[in-house]
Amino acid sequence: MPHQVSVFAENRPGKIERITGVLLKKVIDIRAITISDSGDYGIVKLLVDRPQEAVDALKEDGIAATLRDIVAIRVKDKPGGLYEVASILTKNDVNVEDAYGFIIERKKDAIFVFQVQDVRRTEKLLSEAGFTILSDSELYLL
Amino acid sequence: MSLFIAPVKISNATRERTMYWNQEIETIDRTGLLKIQLERLKKALEAGAATPFYKKAFAEHGIDPAKITTLDHLKDIPFTTKNDLRVSYPDGMIAVPKRSIVRMHASSGTTGKPTVIFYTMKDVDEWANQVARGMVATGTTPDDVFQNMMGYGLFTGGLGLHYGAEKLGCLVIPMSTGNTLKQIQFIQDFGSTVIHITPSYALHLVEEIRAHGVNPPDLGVKKAYLGAEPYSEGTRDKIQEQFGVNAYNSYGMSEMNGPGVAFECVHKNGMHLWEDYYFAEIIDPDTGENLPDGDEGELVLTHLNREAMPVFRYRTRDLTRFIPEPCPCGRTHRRIGRIKGRTDDMMIVSGVNVFPSQIETVLMNIPEVGNNYQIVLERENNLDRMHIRVELYSKMFHGDIRQLERLKKKMGEALRAIITINPKIELLEPGSLPPSQGKAKRVFDNRSL
Repeated sequence: MPHQVSVFAENRPGKIERITGVLLKKVIDIRAITISDSGDYGIVKLLVDRPQEAVDALKEDGIAATLRDIVAIRVKDKPGGLYEVASILTKNDVNVEDAYGFIIERKKDAIFVFQVQDVRRTEKLLSEAGFTILSDSELYLL
Repeated sequence: MSLFIAPVKISNATRERTMYWNQEIETIDRTGLLKIQLERLKKALEAGAATPFYKKAFAEHGIDPAKITTLDHLKDIPFTTKNDLRVSYPDGMIAVPKRSIVRMHASSGTTGKPTVIFYTMKDVDEWANQVARGMVATGTTPDDVFQNMMGYGLFTGGLGLHYGAEKLGCLVIPMSTGNTLKQIQFIQDFGSTVIHITPSYALHLVEEIRAHGVNPPDLGVKKAYLGAEPYSEGTRDKIQEQFGVNAYNSYGMSEMNGPGVAFECVHKNGMHLWEDYYFAEIIDPDTGENLPDGDEGELVLTHLNREAMPVFRYRTRDLTRFIPEPCPCGRTHRRIGRIKGRTDDMMIVSGVNVFPSQIETVLMNIPEVGNNYQIVLERENNLDRMHIRVELYSKMFHGDIRQLERLKKKMGEALRAIITINPKIELLEPGSLPPSQGKAKRVFDNRSL
């Protein structure tokens, strides 16, 4: 199961610099980054090649960071690619709490990453529907 | 004025288990204690009456010290305030020839100009005796290594415990405040087992120790004496849990010598106030009337055994209560409860009286709250606004933005239930508020009227 690094950050200049600076020191590779913001503060979410090491390094630097379970699947980079996934989730009453996506190869593959209540059930539903669920290592080797 | 409490029945077994510095006086029966108090009070009043300040004050109030024959008569003596000490500056309250004075200290001036207090050699020795009593009551012995992280100099916190610990026979390391790396190194190199520290610095020290890759409890510090700033039971729990120490409250102020006026024993349930040195009253801060035991009010203290500068009915401005119930440790000196706040640190926000300690108590009972916080008062459109800036406890962060929203809501509701006003809460990253190495400044009143 893939993991995402979630970091608490006050909404002020220099926060991304500090976080990425810690990761640079440990030569940790960032696959994707997104920020959800709630005014005074936000949560920076990172897909990295060595999530546990990243969390440890951030914590050591006094930053509030934690690992979250996520679902990551491969979808076709074409119109309707994400719709298929969304339909299955809707049919099974799975609520997506937070999501982001990125393209690996234009017109070919994209990755959809999201947070749900029940990660295992969602993974089962999607793999039964024929989708490729990515494991930690697969995701980072992309 | 309630002076009597029920006789304490302590089994001999308890007595043997408990360590005392001076068992006879610490476990004296109430009748014996009151007798000592009256004898000492008479002498102190005679000595005090010779000082320019009290000569004038007694004349104005028609007080003749020779006619004070019971402790109840003390009520006729006017209160002494911090301002009285200021106007008597530099020597209006000295009761001995100047050549017999060996030391002076001054208050930290938290709320204004400093006030000065003088000591004879006997005063310094008696002060050390009070501190030694308190340290022994928490189980400290001459085998302990005592690292003093309280400020030395005019502030009484450093030298007060220094002399007490030396008198008790500990190895004393006079580190003073700050220099965190050396503090940690010396704990490791000299095996310090007891420390004296402000609560805010203790929390900072714990974080620094962790940042050096050391688990704080592994350092082997067993006890911490906390003082010099108000803090809540939740903060004590945090220090105990994170540092792996037993933390004890101590109480004192420069006007009454310094630390050592009252000290917790191993039972950690209120601080024994050494009643052979101080006559204590709890008054209603508005009316000045004495309150019964158990009621919360302002602590008023009278020196009973002080040479250089006896002060009578000193209004400490600290709010507390007597705990009259006997303590299982066998000490008969009454205990005072945790200091709830000071009559002069009360904030008036939107017409409501709020003590910073009330806010701290709420915050420190919420596990997601980190080690530091600030209270900021502002005026927006002629309305008071309270902002509470709280550091998040990194261990309790689950990476969920809704969790943080719920946390803010929970804090707001818990605070409103206690202080009746609705503060704006700001969550901050751990370690983002300036660390404190002395007295923590937590209230920032930016309201301009």
